Amino acid sequence: MTVSGSGWERAGRVSYLAFCIAVFLFLIAPILVIVPLSFNVEPYFTFTEGMLRLDPEAYSLRWYRTVAEDEEWRRALVNSLIIGIAATALATTLGTLAALGLASPAMPGRPLAMSLLISPMVTPVIISAAGMFFFYSKMGLAQTHLGLILAHAALGTPFVVITVTATLAGFDANLTRAAASLGAGPVRTFARVQLPIIAPGVVSGALFAFATSFDEVVTVLFIGGLDQRTVPRQMWSGIREEISPAILAVATFLIAFALIFMLVVERLRRRASG
Amino acid sequence: MAGALRKPQLRAAALVLPLSAFILATFVAPLVTMLTRSVYDPMVADTLPETLALLHDWDGQSTPSEAVFETASREMVRAREDRSLGRVATRVNRVESGLRSVIMKSARRLHRVKEVDSWREAMISIEPEWGEAKTWRAIQRAGERITTRHYLHALDLQRDADGSIVLQPPQRRVYLPLLKRTLAVSLGITVLCLLLGYPLAYLIAHAPPRRANLLLLLVLVPFWTSLLVRTTSWIVLLQTEGVVNDTLVALGLIADENRISMIYNMTGTVVAMTHVLLPFMVLPVYSVMRTIPPLYMSAAASLGASFPQAFRRVYWPQTLPGVGAGSLLVFILSIGYYITPALVGGQSGQLISNMIAYHMQQSLNWGLAAALGSILLGCVVALYLLYDRVVGIDRMRLG
Repeated sequence: MTVSGSGWERAGRVSYLAFCIAVFLFLIAPILVIVPLSFNVEPYFTFTEGMLRLDPEAYSLRWYRTVAEDEEWRRALVNSLIIGIAATALATTLGTLAALGLASPAMPGRPLAMSLLISPMVTPVIISAAGMFFFYSKMGLAQTHLGLILAHAALGTPFVVITVTATLAGFDANLTRAAASLGAGPVRTFARVQLPIIAPGVVSGALFAFATSFDEVVTVLFIGGLDQRTVPRQMWSGIREEISPAILAVATFLIAFALIFMLVVERLRRRASG
Repeated sequence: MAGALRKPQLRAAALVLPLSAFILATFVAPLVTMLTRSVYDPMVADTLPETLALLHDWDGQSTPSEAVFETASREMVRAREDRSLGRVATRVNRVESGLRSVIMKSARRLHRVKEVDSWREAMISIEPEWGEAKTWRAIQRAGERITTRHYLHALDLQRDADGSIVLQPPQRRVYLPLLKRTLAVSLGITVLCLLLGYPLAYLIAHAPPRRANLLLLLVLVPFWTSLLVRTTSWIVLLQTEGVVNDTLVALGLIADENRISMIYNMTGTVVAMTHVLLPFMVLPVYSVMRTIPPLYMSAAASLGASFPQAFRRVYWPQTLPGVGAGSLLVFILSIGYYITPALVGGQSGQLISNMIAYHMQQSLNWGLAAALGSILLGCVVALYLLYDRVVGIDRMRLG
């Protein structure tokens, strides 16, 4: 009984682990597969025989060169950076201020305010983009950089509010009172006491907001024009029309970018909680 | 005392105010515009005001009076000159198909007519449809400033001849089946995410801290990776000339001419969306599991419960808040998903969002797009309120 029991148990454990490994592969493998294929010398999306033999001739930087030399991709990158940085600055400033207010126990109507401020994150982006198309066209903001900056800032603020609120959750209100009793004004209290504590949350929020803007394509499709083509917009047409391995080169670049962002945010979180 | 109480309140509110104003202006106002669009369309009413005023006194059955014909031809010719007629004709056409060409052609001809005995005869001789009451009823209906027709259309309803609201015949229903499909697919994806994500969360929650951190990072990689990148990878993997098919052929599992179509159909949508949404299930479930003291399970075991028994009776019930949070989040995210189905869904893998995009960008039926968007928004708000009850918006965390 015990022998067969432990035998079953073991078989159960092994199959459980195998299952988990399979799920991890499902999560990671599709992303990793892109990386080697982006160095393919041939214009295909599968591993050539040469690649499998690890023949150095089968690999090249050809597609990276294609992208780097392409005027459209370069313009897309510039647009993405302009829109992303401006939207992030706006979202981070407004979001941090709001989080400070929300964290105060005196804040009236907190749940309602929180629902309002989080709403851009939970509304399907197709709906936000459709609404923005109607409204921004009326305001003359469609097909302008400003329109997209405002749209992306709106979509990014919930992340800032959430991350900063999270760092403030453990904040001891006595610290600000102590600073005030020692004669510091509100601005000085903020700069010397609160800011250092919430800094990891602010930076994480800013990174989230930037990543949101840098990966956003639906509002760009709806309210952006030819002059506002961003990197994701360019990828979108690439995928829809014809995938060239150049897309895989851009994708590899974006994967590297995502990994860096992720590691920084994890670092910051650990610092904030530890 | 009251003043002292009010001051911190004011300060807190003042800090929240700028962002609230910003969100109201850049995000809520657009949503309100969309909701308005779904019921309000003054285009036809503004272009043919006098015709519509005259039709107000018409019995709705007979051929309208000469005055109606005279006014209508005058307003149509004028609208043609200022180029608004096309938009009017398109709207009337959506009420009664075929009328677009009738209106455009008539205005083109009438433009050249200067003197005529009877506008009624002139118009009927150009297009006999003008002699039929249903043409004028269509203009009347398209001329409603505030209208429910976009919602009727979005729910596959129509008005029959005597004006009561009925379902479209089954073969003409488009949106209800699509809405049903969207809900079914979202539910399927939620269940898949739970089946794949729960064991994974368990593994991470019960691993030694160092390894747990590493495994958590593996879950976060797809969370951070660009959606377009992930969609591209699925195309690369699953297309007929893709990595998976090539491998299967190379292994001799399938013949070269029988490559499996796994993408540009519903399979593609489900696989790619499960991949995209899995982290949203794993993270909340994991964070609940981490708070369950291991003592409970050992207590159950020491009382003689087998692992499956202890799991079912002791562990699983405690993880329900995480399961609820994760499932609701995945479900909410999937019913509004657009990008993945648009890129890898082909014909059969489209969801309600893709139809909204289609009406926004291709058919340019903005009223219908707005109605569909409002219905979807209603679903999401309802689920969101449920989420708030179950989990609490305050507890929404990232990663």
